Amino acid sequence: MSKETEFTFVIDGVEITARQGQTIMEAADEAGVYIPRLCDHEGLRHQGSCRVCTVKADGRSVAACTQPAAIGQVVESETPHITKLRRDLVEMLFHEGNHLCPICEASGNCELQAMAYRLDMTATTKFPYLEPSRAVDATHADIALDTNRCISCGRCIRASQDVDHKGVFGYVGRGIHRRVAVNGHDLAHTNAAVSDDAISAGTCPVGCIIRKGVGFSTPIGEREFDKGLIGHEIEGKRGE
Amino acid sequence: MSEEAEDVDFPACELPQVSHADVAAICEMFGNDRHRMLDILRALQDKYRCVSPHIMTIVAQQTGLTRVAVEGVATFYSFLSLSPKGRVTIRLCDDIVDRFCGLAEVTAVFEAELGIKVGQTSHDGAYSLEYTPCIGMCDQAPAAMINDVVLTKLTVERAREIARALKAGKTPETIVSERFADLSAHEQANHMVDNNIRHAGASLLGPVPDNAGLNKALDLSPAQIIETIEASGLRGCGGAGFTTGKKWKFAASEPAEKRFVFCNADEGEPGTFKDRVLLTERPHLLVEGMTIAARAVGAKEGIIYLRGEYVYLRPLLEQVLSERRENGLLGPSIMGVDGFDFHLRIQMGAGAYICGEEGALISSCEGLPGEPKTRPPFPVNRGYLGFPTVVNNVETFCHAARILDKGAKWFFDMGSDGSHGTKLFSVSGDCLNPGVYELPYGLELREFLEMVGGKNAAAVQVGGPSGTMIGRDSFNRKLSFDDLATGGAIIVFGPERNILEIVDYYMSFFVHESCGYCTPCRVGNVFLQKAIAKFRKGLANPQDIDYLKDLSATIMETSRCGLGMTSPRPILTTLENFPLIYSALAKPSKDRVRSTFDIQSAIDDARKLAQRRSYIYDKDFSQ
Repeated sequence: MSKETEFTFVIDGVEITARQGQTIMEAADEAGVYIPRLCDHEGLRHQGSCRVCTVKADGRSVAACTQPAAIGQVVESETPHITKLRRDLVEMLFHEGNHLCPICEASGNCELQAMAYRLDMTATTKFPYLEPSRAVDATHADIALDTNRCISCGRCIRASQDVDHKGVFGYVGRGIHRRVAVNGHDLAHTNAAVSDDAISAGTCPVGCIIRKGVGFSTPIGEREFDKGLIGHEIEGKRGE
Repeated sequence: MSEEAEDVDFPACELPQVSHADVAAICEMFGNDRHRMLDILRALQDKYRCVSPHIMTIVAQQTGLTRVAVEGVATFYSFLSLSPKGRVTIRLCDDIVDRFCGLAEVTAVFEAELGIKVGQTSHDGAYSLEYTPCIGMCDQAPAAMINDVVLTKLTVERAREIARALKAGKTPETIVSERFADLSAHEQANHMVDNNIRHAGASLLGPVPDNAGLNKALDLSPAQIIETIEASGLRGCGGAGFTTGKKWKFAASEPAEKRFVFCNADEGEPGTFKDRVLLTERPHLLVEGMTIAARAVGAKEGIIYLRGEYVYLRPLLEQVLSERRENGLLGPSIMGVDGFDFHLRIQMGAGAYICGEEGALISSCEGLPGEPKTRPPFPVNRGYLGFPTVVNNVETFCHAARILDKGAKWFFDMGSDGSHGTKLFSVSGDCLNPGVYELPYGLELREFLEMVGGKNAAAVQVGGPSGTMIGRDSFNRKLSFDDLATGGAIIVFGPERNILEIVDYYMSFFVHESCGYCTPCRVGNVFLQKAIAKFRKGLANPQDIDYLKDLSATIMETSRCGLGMTSPRPILTTLENFPLIYSALAKPSKDRVRSTFDIQSAIDDARKLAQRRSYIYDKDFSQ
């Protein structure tokens, strides 16, 4: 990429180099500045729905994953105000679904849980629990689906559509009734395969898509976020 | 909520016999085009009274989509359903104004006469009865849609008459008028719905010469048309108030192979119905304005997005379009000018308030669920199918046509600083003369209330639920963009009304209408509504007032579109203007007992599970 299309802007006092057409988050990731996010995932198109990546760009609150970076822009990310907004959003997701970490196979690998730690969600939460009770879909030989733990990030939908070219998943319904559904009566009646990108570890950020037969093969304590806070890999790039 | 009733897996009545060929034929009518998905599903819903899983599978095959993608559209719009609706579907308008005008009594009559409850379909498949949010008839509430027909000013007697006529086999059309079929489209609309024009202003509701603006536009270059609109000071009349000339200029200057001009006739803000009157009485002016816009920005195609609730106006609008085509005012070479082509069609909505948001409106026209689009890019740069698209409100286009005829200065000189020209106001609620008023901007609310016979008002909702609720101490405020901005809704509430009941209703409206795309709007609004319910039950703490403010701030700051950015406003503006209502209901915690904790409802689940009552908490317990 030619130097002419490069420009700089600032996130929390750190100068970031960006190229024309990059979003704030893309440029930040390359520079080793981590902006918290849940619905965004490397290799998938941006959706901008969880709003956890909300930043203030020149005083205006925007989603960093979809907002283009601009020359000289001043971005606030990890300020007490923004962190509080993000914590509210993460709490909303915890209360919208059933997230019982101690009994969930994803504990330790779960981005929602890890985000709560990163955002210091340690006090008693204030929202009411919505307690969904949707049936678990365990019809598929290799995959189970517990949408009560879904956070509507849509990563499986985009992975299945754009990477696997299958379209196994999709959103149905509206508002609080909006949920991820499968392209058939149940998962067994779709062409989902455990080798799909949509099913692979890391696509589902929580314990909604479960690969059968591999549960607990990595013991608690040796899991992804036992090694460090979520975002540590991106932050590790800084100063390299 | 009615959705819960629709969520049941088993159909209320038999699934229709569906022939693959018939469904495929309907898809083919729309070229098997996935962008016409809403038309396809609407047509199927009309034919089979549902879009069943089997039907969705065929549609998916025809359009080359996955079935779950089709299901995503079918489950988004309120007027589409997976299980069969009755041959006659009665949708009672469940706006707060209807509730205050006797909706409960009218509902009871329909329930008793038809033998079904709201949310149900009769077992013989004859009737469905449901509630629907504001259908744009607040000036003649309570109102209802019966299939595609609208009936207003319902009373207990009238409701009984209607229900019995339906049972006697009369069609909804013949209930409106025995000679319905012989009436012109305009007469049909006027038989169903009154215009209630109370005050005609200089621009829209007074006498308007035919095509005078379009004639003058022909002598101007596209750039000159845009200059005229910019100089007039015209701002969008749908509520957001963006400068119209600028919008046109942006779209015109974006390099593109084609451009589009869309009319937003998805008037869904509760209490707003002024576009209904323009669509009925000034449809030619609207199309004239759109044609001028098309010339200005270089668009050859356009869409009028008509809300599903206004389907009764469709025949009238179709007739206007074909008349204009016949007269060379629409289609190829308009008024004989080579290369001045503009093709216009109507896109019906299907019951989704969010489609009034321009990105969502475009999504809906593309055959998708009505979800707002990521901005940037803005619709004027990359809108419908990725092409620059101008989306303006009905009233905005009508004004534009008038400005071309009368000149920018004429419009600019009306109104007040920053708010030029006249504005249509939809007035409803507790006043003597509900209806539509065309007045210059800048009028003081107090004067306005005198004009509409609402001097007794205790509270006024300006701009609908996403606007501002004000009390008597603020009636000196002015109706303009700089003070009380409004897309047109003025809802008057008398001293006998319960403010929290109104707020509760508006929050339930936003919960129902949120598209669910982003977290804060989808989830946060549900929490707000639950918190208001706590206040209404007398279970709130003083800290809950801070909770409301805090949660509202998060929702407004992090939401993705205008819905979530404004949905907490019923709460915030009443907290600001009627603070005592909240403080009077909030009780401090007593020693070690949280007054917010309701032991009776807390143990209710346990009672049901144990199938017995509590020794301790049920005082009358005996075995």
